[in-house]
Amino acid sequence: MLQYVIRRLLYSVVVLVAASFLVFFFVTASGDPLAALYTTPNVSRESIDKIAERKHINENVFVRYGYWAKEAVTAKFGTTLLTNQKILPDLWRVMKNTFQLVFIAELLAVLVAVAIGVYSALRQYSVFDYSATTFSFFGLATPVFWLALMLQVAVVQIYLSTGHRIFPVASLNSVDPGSGLDFWIDRAHHLVLPVLVLMVASIASYSRYMRASMLEVVNSDYVRTARAKGLPERQVTMKHAFRNALIPIVTIVALNFGTLLGGVIVTETVFSLDGMGLYLVNNLLANDPYPVMAFLMVTAVMIIVFNLIADIAYGVLDPRVRYE
Amino acid sequence: MLPFGEEPASVGSPDLTLAYESGVELEARSQWAYARLRFFRHRLAVASLVVLILIGGVAIFAPQLAPYGFDEQDLLNLNAPPTFDDKHLFGTDQLGRDYLSRVIFGVRTSLWVALFVAILSTAIGTAVGSIAGYFGGQVDNLLMRFTDLILTLPGLAVLLTASVFFGSGDPLKVGLILALLFWTGLARIVRGLFLSLREKEFVEAAKAAGASDMRIIVRHMLPNCVGPIVVTMTLLIALAILTEAALSFLGFGIQPPNAALGTLIDSGQEQGLETWWLVTFPGLVIVLIALSINFIGDGLRDALDPTQRRRA
Amino acid sequence: MPEPILEIKDLTVEFSTEDGIVHAVTGVSYDLYPGEVLGIVGESGSGKSVSMLSVLGLVPMPPGKIVQGEALFNGDDLVTMPKNKLRDIRGGPMAMIFQDPMTSLNPVLTIGDQISEAIKVHNRGKSDDDVKKRTVELLELVGVPFAERRVEQYPHEFSGGMRQRAMIAMAIANEPTVLVADEPTTALDVTIQAQIVEVLKTAQRETHAAIVLITHDLGLIAELADRVVVMYAGRVVELADVFTIFNSPRHPYTVGLMNSLARVDVDLEWLEPIPGQPPSLITPPSGCAFHPRCAFSQGRAICRTDIPELRKADEGVHLSACHFAEELAATHVRVGAGAGDGS
Repeated sequence: MLQYVIRRLLYSVVVLVAASFLVFFFVTASGDPLAALYTTPNVSRESIDKIAERKHINENVFVRYGYWAKEAVTAKFGTTLLTNQKILPDLWRVMKNTFQLVFIAELLAVLVAVAIGVYSALRQYSVFDYSATTFSFFGLATPVFWLALMLQVAVVQIYLSTGHRIFPVASLNSVDPGSGLDFWIDRAHHLVLPVLVLMVASIASYSRYMRASMLEVVNSDYVRTARAKGLPERQVTMKHAFRNALIPIVTIVALNFGTLLGGVIVTETVFSLDGMGLYLVNNLLANDPYPVMAFLMVTAVMIIVFNLIADIAYGVLDPRVRYE
Repeated sequence: MLPFGEEPASVGSPDLTLAYESGVELEARSQWAYARLRFFRHRLAVASLVVLILIGGVAIFAPQLAPYGFDEQDLLNLNAPPTFDDKHLFGTDQLGRDYLSRVIFGVRTSLWVALFVAILSTAIGTAVGSIAGYFGGQVDNLLMRFTDLILTLPGLAVLLTASVFFGSGDPLKVGLILALLFWTGLARIVRGLFLSLREKEFVEAAKAAGASDMRIIVRHMLPNCVGPIVVTMTLLIALAILTEAALSFLGFGIQPPNAALGTLIDSGQEQGLETWWLVTFPGLVIVLIALSINFIGDGLRDALDPTQRRRA
Repeated sequence: MPEPILEIKDLTVEFSTEDGIVHAVTGVSYDLYPGEVLGIVGESGSGKSVSMLSVLGLVPMPPGKIVQGEALFNGDDLVTMPKNKLRDIRGGPMAMIFQDPMTSLNPVLTIGDQISEAIKVHNRGKSDDDVKKRTVELLELVGVPFAERRVEQYPHEFSGGMRQRAMIAMAIANEPTVLVADEPTTALDVTIQAQIVEVLKTAQRETHAAIVLITHDLGLIAELADRVVVMYAGRVVELADVFTIFNSPRHPYTVGLMNSLARVDVDLEWLEPIPGQPPSLITPPSGCAFHPRCAFSQGRAICRTDIPELRKADEGVHLSACHFAEELAATHVRVGAGAGDGS
């Protein structure tokens, strides 16, 4: 098992390096990032030249990549292009914020989706089942950013007609949130809508998989054997059916990370949350390749880690897979 | 001695009827007829097909159907909420342009970009997947490593990055960028199919008969993959619309003066949250299109792959 | 004649499907006596498995439905019994062995765990140690080597034959009086089949259980069965002891089955299958379900109009559901493998 993990990690490092070069190439190939500055008043030629020198802009791609890679590894991703600010502290801050959002959303989504999926499977073709399936279809067809907007619009319309602001529609915290518990309550209040938005897409997808998996298992031969042994129905459902049905879901959740990230980007943009998604968008708009590279590397690592966790978890849960 | 006295179940008209001496009739149908039959058993899929055809019709005949021009301004009616007079069914935007018309043109743009993306990425994905699956070995290895490379990077983030650094704004460029990322899913599927088909006897037989690799791939193996490919391509259309909408909304995709549905939502959002119709209607249309496509995809999946269990 | 331990009376089971109602089992009656091996023979779709599965409550009861009938186990009707009482009987006094041991065992639980489970649910007082000991004993009994170690292994680590032995161990864990074996050897290699037959014989010796052997393999029947029930299209068409079934069958279907066997001792040029296809259970043929394929019918009207009753066809207990069973006796019929006491 350990061998397998090490092999995977080494392979992933290679892929990571290759991917980083690929992306760097595209990101820098688009021309001079400093082009806009030449026409900006109040920016002296010397300052532009200084930046160019610092970032080795005038060298060829391979050299620049080398400098970037060195900076990435030794100097914690170095500094931004224009303002020469350190990247890592900002990146770390936004990562923490995004983590709060994502962790709560996914945890709740998984719990709800598993419950819905199992119940739908056990009561197939019931009203609940049809409603759940309808919800899933709508959830999968709804753009995440639009859902976020609609919630905002709804809250605003309610405010306009009743004067009541039921949930905040922007930012992680209010202007003066206080400290300690007050701060966190305020934060929670602000996160309600974003968490809801992220949950919808996840629940729509996970519940469908859970239902399908549960249905397949519930009709399997070994569940029939469990019944034939005279086990109480509850034990048959939980110990035999549910446990087996849950196994593929682990993989699904782990592999969904990339899609989830897309949802995070748009949700944070709509709700103006100071997280990774907004960080990326702002730096892209500013045409600053260095924070963008840092973002991509960090998320690529996370994706690799999640994939690895998915594989290992599968091995833990399903003994058939263990002996690779 | 053949069975006599039995009635075959008849559903619709058969392609071919064989009559035996003993009075038995056997009905034969082509595979496509069976697939068609199974598809039409899905009421939702059929209804969605009708809806989609209608939407497609609206898209194609946009100039004729839209009550106003795309850029036509009604300066007396800036930012008007939806109303039945003047036929501003979806209201107007900040420049007094009729929103229903803008949405209709938006549908046109979004749909053709999504179709373009789906077709292009299916073509690329099928090509890569079939080559990888057919030749196996080093070729497969190389191609799959390359696919892995792309899959390691987070989807939307890469798309956003690509649009900034490759330039965007115009639907064709956006379509290309999307296609260059979307082909990987299909490549994996086709590769998997080819890897299992490769072992089948009919491939050996074709090789023994002296058929070239290209011929085997195209004439013998690909037709067996049509089902999953068609289903995946259909679902890709929906994914493309949703992704392009997100890109355009964030300002990285199709930008003014071109307008896809996502672009409209973006512009609408800039007007603040009180003019709710500017944000709501384009989104509802996206949901309708994506929903219909998903239902159709589901129906197609049941029609073309009957070994799967039928879901509620 | 001792009292029957299980009496199935006039059992009818239907399934609602989107194509119509499937009449899986119609008016089936047979008895099971203690200690005997009752073979139930028939093609796929004949209803042989469904008749036993339904009375044990193992057929899902939407689509399925027991329309009528009784199944008296020691006097209690399994069909109308409350669910929890039926559960006490399942896996205890009445146990089942299924066809495919790979899919019939839970892949994520150890073999030991699954056998122990069967013991624990019917013996709540037993200590864990006792249960563990008994599990190992059972595995040894059915011939699994190194039972102590193998108890901790998973189903995929066992070979096909070993898995089926484990299933048999699970079934006999609570000393059943009735053991139902549904196609116990069909999914296994021929050489392993022979081993499993031995294990079944051992199981019977140890538990003195009556065995209901459901199979389409006539060789297995010849080897193990004492009496045989022949089923076709959801009905019983013939019932007799095994020698009679093989040597003097009185139903055209049974005759057809015997004639279709490949034989080592006779010079055959062609094998003789029964012509035609098994009938649809949604729209079965009118009258006798076998008439479209029956050589003895000769197109006679009564075969098409009246469902033949299961009645005495011979001296002794020999029942046949054919309008012309007596004619059959008179006709020269080349019969299949002679029944013997298996080797």
